[in-house]
Formats: sequence, C-alpha cells, structure tokens
Amino acid sequence: MNQELFLSSQVDLKAARSLKERLIKALFFFCAAVSILTTLGIVGILIFETWNFFGKVSFKQFFGDTQWTPLFAQKHFGVWALISGTALTSFVSIVTALPLGLLAAIYLSEFASKRIRSFIKPSLEVLAGIPTVIYGYFALTFVTPCLQKIIPGLAGFNALGAGIVMGIMILPIIASLSEDAIYAVPPSLKEGAYALGGNRLATIFRVVLPSSFSGIGAAAILGISRAVGETMIVVIAAGQQPNFTLDPRVAVETMTAYIVQVSLGDTPTGTLEYQTIFAVGMTLFIFTLALNLGAHHLRRNVLKGSL
Amino acid sequence: MLKQDIKKPKNIFRSPKMRSDNLKAWFGSHEALNEISLSIPTFHVTAIIGPSGCGKSTFIRCLNRMHEVVPGTRIQGNVYLDEVDIYGSSINPVNLRKRVGMVFQKPNPFPTMSIRDNVLAGLRLQGMKTYDSDEVVEKALVRAALWDEVKDILKRPGLSLSGGQQQRLCIARALALEPEVLLMDEPCSALDPIASAKIEELIHELRGKYTVVIVTHNMQQAARVSDVTAFFYMGKLVEFDYTEKIFTNPKYKKTEEYVTGRFG
Ligand SMILES: Nc1ncnc2c1ncn2[C@@H]1O[C@H](COP(=O)(O)OP(=O)(O)OP(=O)(O)O)[C@@H](O)[C@H]1O
Ligand SMILES: [Mg+2]
Repeated sequence: MNQELFLSSQVDLKAARSLKERLIKALFFFCAAVSILTTLGIVGILIFETWNFFGKVSFKQFFGDTQWTPLFAQKHFGVWALISGTALTSFVSIVTALPLGLLAAIYLSEFASKRIRSFIKPSLEVLAGIPTVIYGYFALTFVTPCLQKIIPGLAGFNALGAGIVMGIMILPIIASLSEDAIYAVPPSLKEGAYALGGNRLATIFRVVLPSSFSGIGAAAILGISRAVGETMIVVIAAGQQPNFTLDPRVAVETMTAYIVQVSLGDTPTGTLEYQTIFAVGMTLFIFTLALNLGAHHLRRNVLKGSL
Repeated sequence: MLKQDIKKPKNIFRSPKMRSDNLKAWFGSHEALNEISLSIPTFHVTAIIGPSGCGKSTFIRCLNRMHEVVPGTRIQGNVYLDEVDIYGSSINPVNLRKRVGMVFQKPNPFPTMSIRDNVLAGLRLQGMKTYDSDEVVEKALVRAALWDEVKDILKRPGLSLSGGQQQRLCIARALALEPEVLLMDEPCSALDPIASAKIEELIHELRGKYTVVIVTHNMQQAARVSDVTAFFYMGKLVEFDYTEKIFTNPKYKKTEEYVTGRFG
C-alpha cells in the first residue's frame, strides 16, 4: 500500500515536473515569439505605409530630386537631401573614430601594460554608456564653438561637429571590436615576423593588421551602422535643414532627424506628410540592414578563421 | 652520404659561429635551461636532441633572442655570435634576428600574403624596398626546393600550399634574408617522409655556406643531417660531441639509452 502510494506520488511528481518544464518552455517560446512578431510587425507597418506613400508620390519624385520640403506648400520629396545629410555625418564620424579606435586597439593589445589596460577598458565602456542627448549638447555647446575658432564660416549647427562627436560615441565599439580582431591573430604569425627581423611597428602594420582586416572591417561597418541610425546628436547639433550638400561646415538634416521632426510636430496621422516618415524610415532601415549584413558576413569570416 | 663531401677540420669547435656560456632561462619561476655551455661550429649542422620538454626549443630561441618575446621570461649567462655577446646592451634584437634566422615547428606563412610576398616578407618587414626582387624570390625558392612547384603560381596565397610546401616556403622566407645562422625547430614534424627528405636534402646543401642548428625528435634524421649533436635532458646539456660519437659510442649511459630508444 505504502509502496503504491509512493510510486503514484512519484509519478505525479514526474508529471508535475514535466508540466512545469513544458510551461517554462512555452514561456521561453512566447518571449522569443514576441521579439520576432514585433520585428515582423514593424517591418509590416513600414512596408504598408511606404506602399501607401508611393501610391501618392512617384519613385522618380523620391529618388530623382535633391530638395526635401514635404512640410511646405511647395512640396518636394527628394530624399537625397536626407541621405546626403546622413552620409555626411556618418562619414565624418567614421573618419574620426576609425583611426582613433584602431590606434586605441593597437595600443591596448600590443603596448599597454596590464594596469593601464585595466584602467582604459572600463573608461571606454563609460564612454559607451553616456546618453546620446549629452553627446548632442557636447557637440553643440563645446565642440562646435571650438571648431569655429579654427574653421571660419562654420555654422552654429553643422555636420562636422555632430559627426566628430558621433565618432567619439562609436569609438568604444570600434576600439573593442578591433581589439578582439587583433587579439585573434595567432601569436605564431607575430613570432614569424619578429624572427624575420621585423620590429614591433613593422610587425603590426605588415602582419597583424592585415591579418585582422575582416574583424576591423566589421567593426567599422557596425560603427557606421550605429552612426547612420544615431538620432539625438544630429537632431541637437546638426541643424535639421535638409541641404543637399557634402560640405560639412553647413547645417544638414539626417533621415533620423527628419523622422523626429515630424513625430514631434503636429502633423496629423494618415496625411501624406505623415507618411513621409515611413518612406524615410524604410530607406533608413534598408541602409542599416545592408550594413549589418555586411558586418555579419565579415565577422563570420573572422570566426571561421578565413580572411 | 653527402656529408663526406666536406672535409672535416681537425677541431670544428675551435672557432664557433655561436657559443653559449652558462646559459640559464626561465619561464616565470620555472627554470627551463640550466647552465648550458655549448659551441656551434661554423658552417656545420648542429643537431639538438632530447625528450619532450627538456628545453631544446628554449635553447634555440635564446640564440636569436626570441625567448624574451614571451612575457614573463628571463635569461642569465651569455650567448655569443662571432664572439660578440648578443645580450650586450648595445645589441638590438631586431638586428640580431636579421643575422640569425629561424624556422618554426609549425609552418606559419603569412595568411594575407601571396607566395611571392611571403618570400619577400622579411625584406619588407626590415623596411627594404623590393621593386625588382624576382631574383631574390627565385633564388630563395630554388634553395628551399620549392621553385619548380610554385614558379607558375607565385601570386597565389601562401596558405594555398600543402603543409610540406608551406614549411619549405617558411624556409625560403628565412633564406631570402641570407642569414648567417639558420635555426630550425623540428622543421619536419608536420611533414610526410617525402617532404622531410626534401628538407634534409636542403640542409645538406646549406652545409658549408650556412651554420645550421636543427632540433629534431627523429634520431635517424639527426644522424643523417648533422655533424655534431647535443643531447639535452631536463634543462641540462648531458653530452655534446660529433654525431657519430653520440650515436655509436656515447660517453654517458643516459645518452645511449635515449639514442637507442630505450626511453624518451
Ligand atoms: N610559454 C611557456 N610558458 C611556461 N613554460 C614553458 C613555456 N614554454 C615551455 N615551457 C616549459 O619549459 C620547458 C622547456 O620547454 P621547451 O619548449 O624548450 O621544450 P622542448 O625540448 O622544445 O620540448 P618539445 O620537444 O616538446 O618541443 C618545459 O618544461 C616547458 O614546460
Ligand atoms: Mg620544442
């Protein structure tokens, strides 16, 4: 009798446990599903609204014009004005961040002592944790005034200051991913270079950096991708003027900044003006997706060890 | 044997190319070499044998100051190249390594470089211009017995070669710098018998023009290629003599046991 009871409770326990396991499994599945569904939902709405937009505005008006004035009476939908703003600020940021990040990575992996390393690495992480709105004010109230002293004719709102500060923002990603890439270079290659009479610098530039090219490329692309999607800094410091220009001294408007401008304004939903943000959002999404895929491809190469 | 081509002088140890004097080496607190004094005869082949972990690699890495590349290492004692102390304060290890080349146990061609660029890597690392270096490339590859196999594919990546070819490429890379001494750390351990035979042939050809030091686990190979042999055991130099002597009539029991394969 006792034995039976014991056995049956044992079975109950087992059933309960398996039920619990199934519930937990379902919960995890639900969580995973939520993120997938959210993504699908976002992409779906983007596609839907973009489709509506292109029902009213032709591709030619969108991609064949360089003026962007959808909020004015005289409407132009030349998205190139926004793309150029995004490209310009991102370009300035990567030109700032790549050399600095690479030098930091080389220093950290090849020269820094353990003590210095343990000090610099967390500092970089702090840099990564600063809210972007603070970067924005830093660009507007400190970097731009400084730059105006050296560069005459620099506007108060400009692509240069915003881009440089964005470069500082993406510096930690670039430095840390590049450092990983440099670390992954087998010591046997470095020893090979030393044994051929190479000094430290020659070894770094002729052997270590070329061998970590994929990883550094991936770091750069991810950095650009962050810069392309960055919003707050450019909203605050680059000036919200959709100039089609490659002159970093003047004000520009990026795709992200335009979306903010419309979202914060009093544009009624469902209007053409409102739908522009979805078309711009779609364009932005395609850009960052392409960049992330490129970076992913390069990083996979790194992990596989092929170059 | 090819060895008979070269007449052996009475005492080849008299004016050594390199010489270590009471050399000690550490990894952290672990002593890997204990008072090694050994003379490496000029233009001859010196073999270093001994069981795994006895300090063979450590010893030859002290000869081109590669030991200090590993963090936490230290040496004591002296090493001379042409009777100049290579650990002297005026010696730049980078310049030393131009004269004392090294081939590693595992082939390590530079993965981003073509076959041709691998051969020229040393010159470029040393900051030399290599505009018209076809001759250098051909000469080094011919010497490393690789030219015939790669002369039509010089632009291909060095890594596209087989393991044995890669090792010969690394030898060519070292030879392109015309070093006075060539250190080889188990150059054949990753190779099949045919590729090993080619490298042994190469070592025969280097004799008389270069000073070669080769670490090997292969007793037959040591007997075939070397003029003198050093037997290391637990960080100490047990016996050092003409190769024939070591293999036929060694002074110490330990040596005899090792070369006859009774331990190790
Ligand atoms: N990087 C290192 N860090 C710490 N100890 C090391 C290191 N390399 C070698 N050693 C130690 O130094 C000693 C000598 O090593 P070494 O590599 O010179 O031996 P070896 O004779 O070349 O052996 P093998 O025939 O296996 O290559 C060994 O006891 C080894 O454990
Ligand atoms: Mg070894």
